[in-house]
Amino acid sequence: MASNFARILSSKRNVGILSLVGAGSLSVGFFLTREQYVSAGAQVRRLYPASADYPDLRKHNNCMASHLTPALYAKLCDKATPNGFTLDQAIQTGVDNPGHPFIKTVGMVAGDEESYEVFADLFDPVIKERHNGYNARIMKHPTDLESSKIRGGQFDDNYVLSSRVRTGRSIRGLSLPPACTRAERREVERVVISALAGLKGNLAGKYYSLTEMTEKEQQQLIDDHFLFDKPVSPLLTCAGMARDWPDARGIWHNNEKTFLVWVNEEDHTRVISMEKGGNMKRVFERFCRGLQEVEHLIQEKGWEFMWNEHLGYILTCPSNLGTGLRAGVHIKLPRLSKDPRFPKILDNLRLQKRGTGGVDTAAVGSTFDISNLDRLGQSEVQLVQTVIDGVNYLIECEKRLEKGQDIKIPAPISQFK
Amino acid sequence: MPFSNSHNKVKMNYTAEQEYPDLSQHNNHMAKVLTPEMYANLRDKETSSGFGVDDVIQTGVDNPGHPFIMTVGCVAGDEETYEVFKDLLDPIIEDRHGGYKPTDKHKTDLNPENLQGGDDLDPNYVLSSRVRTGRSIRGFCLPPHCSRGERRAIENLAVEGLSSLEGEFKGKYYALKNMTEEEQQQLIDDHFLFDKPVSPLLLASGMARDWPDARGIWHNDNKTFLVWVNEEDHLRVISMQKGGNMREVFTRFCTGLTKIESLFKEKGHEFMWNEHLGYVLTCPSNLGTGLRGGVHVKLPNLSKHQSFGEILKKLRLQKRGTGGVDTAAVGGTFDISNADRLGFSEVELVQMVVDGVKLLVEMEKRLEAGQSIDDLMPEQK
Repeated sequence: MASNFARILSSKRNVGILSLVGAGSLSVGFFLTREQYVSAGAQVRRLYPASADYPDLRKHNNCMASHLTPALYAKLCDKATPNGFTLDQAIQTGVDNPGHPFIKTVGMVAGDEESYEVFADLFDPVIKERHNGYNARIMKHPTDLESSKIRGGQFDDNYVLSSRVRTGRSIRGLSLPPACTRAERREVERVVISALAGLKGNLAGKYYSLTEMTEKEQQQLIDDHFLFDKPVSPLLTCAGMARDWPDARGIWHNNEKTFLVWVNEEDHTRVISMEKGGNMKRVFERFCRGLQEVEHLIQEKGWEFMWNEHLGYILTCPSNLGTGLRAGVHIKLPRLSKDPRFPKILDNLRLQKRGTGGVDTAAVGSTFDISNLDRLGQSEVQLVQTVIDGVNYLIECEKRLEKGQDIKIPAPISQFK
Repeated sequence: MPFSNSHNKVKMNYTAEQEYPDLSQHNNHMAKVLTPEMYANLRDKETSSGFGVDDVIQTGVDNPGHPFIMTVGCVAGDEETYEVFKDLLDPIIEDRHGGYKPTDKHKTDLNPENLQGGDDLDPNYVLSSRVRTGRSIRGFCLPPHCSRGERRAIENLAVEGLSSLEGEFKGKYYALKNMTEEEQQQLIDDHFLFDKPVSPLLLASGMARDWPDARGIWHNDNKTFLVWVNEEDHLRVISMQKGGNMREVFTRFCTGLTKIESLFKEKGHEFMWNEHLGYVLTCPSNLGTGLRGGVHVKLPNLSKHQSFGEILKKLRLQKRGTGGVDTAAVGGTFDISNADRLGFSEVELVQMVVDGVKLLVEMEKRLEAGQSIDDLMPEQK
């Protein structure tokens, strides 16, 4: 399996011997035969000098374009990760998509865990720009899934319609969606659904493979707003994530429909905890419990999540590093949203607004999706607390405006705690 | 993923069975031919530029079927693809090109003197006439696989060659990324401007990477001869004009192509061509002549006739909407062109179009006058 070979090659990872021995059905003889097919730090075959291949980024406005100088391209263009993932592959989405009207996109993706190391000279400044000055070489990212630390977190249901927390997890040793082969993707599916099958109690649930679901199941998933479609955003399709659709893609959810896992969409897994109403505390508790359970279950089989102490959880898009966490609510703010101070208030609270259709949508009526801006450099507990405190403040503002009272822009909260 | 063989290395860590695509919902030529055994035999091969079987078939895996036509479902990344992956491509070529065998030879004939007639299609019915083909420059990778450097080199060669054309072929190049708003509007008005492909058939093969870098349009001052650079093929060459004088269109087509070819040869380059497959292009459906000769023709009565489809089939013609492939006809006006590409020469194919369209127009006139067309029914060509 690529997993074991890559582990041996990469000196950067702390992989216990236990996980090496336990992984899959690998035998030593099988392992040795594989050696000839994957070469470490493969040199890329180039017909032209770097200057001839350097992309034209003059009309581009994304993080990759801001940092990829011709000199940096020349330095990195003939390198490849042990799996053979190249710089050109990493930046293709940013070359093909010059800019996004609402937000400055990242413009590059990782094809495997090693991408972040092999192409660090480009990823690091992109990460720094995207994550408010986070220095991946020096700083350490805190991971904290102790939901009992949360204070408050039960919002006024008159304003908050629903609460949701999502993140992603990648299975160490398998390539990420932009680069994975069909067999790797199927292996991700196998590992994940085997672990999910072990969940019990109010987390017990069922997997619906995109290739095999019945029409009835499909309709039910659409009605529940659980079904994800083949990506249409060119940001994703240009990165190669939609290849072989819908092979090895699927949706798992618990019987109560409050805990949901997407398999092989933009990441190996996307994990979502949600419910109607404003009980963010309970949503986060279930989120943490479910994640920890799943991690435990895959570890029993010799697998683990991609994680390191600088970048936290490793995901396909650099924007999702660290916690990969977006905690948010759908909330009615008819008065506050019309107040010219609204954007500044959100900014200082380190929150962002989206339409209720998610990223790239506009708000309908005056119901907004409000969530944390940050992903890296603060823990899960810290980010969810930020959302809780921030949403409480927004509700306070809305109530004050209802009564004809004035509101104040809060002092900006600090970014890296 | 095109332009890197990373997944070609990783996939060898898995068995062929584990990697074999799920083609159970698929209906394209590749899916009909690619058995698990064939996949197992081909998967450790790659061309010298690193194009592997998964690169060849990706578009067919990602696009199970098409509502109007049976798609090919694979592409070439370079000239060698057709050799290294013969076991897959030969049966596809045979199926797609009316039984063309791996041992067959293709005849190239670009002598417009060999065309009979073709200058008198009734302009009351035939609104415009057009002939297009493609050419690939030997030694370079094709659009699904080429690097930015290669694509730019192709553009340079094309522009250099085209800029030395004279007389009726004197013209100008408009690079997609440099054109002014005014130039862009003019090209749109002339119906010359091509857009970034939106068809998932093309996108899934990697042809649209780095758009619009090194893409552009060249046309002569008369606006009757047009070359697309780096769209679906290295070059697409188009001769067109209003009205029904297909002979003139074809003559200009042949003359222009021959001139371009000799200009390339002067610089030490040649087109990809061999005596079995003729001109080599990205999509196996365009091998041989790569030629689509056609007209926009008004057939409101004939198109409603129950035998319309059968007539076209017998004449070896196909219909499309006036927006090109993947479009429906508007108001009884159709794009009628040759169905074949390989196994017939350029002259033979344009002859079929000329003779066939003449007959279709005659049938239309009969039906207009309320007369029968039974005696006009053609034999299978």
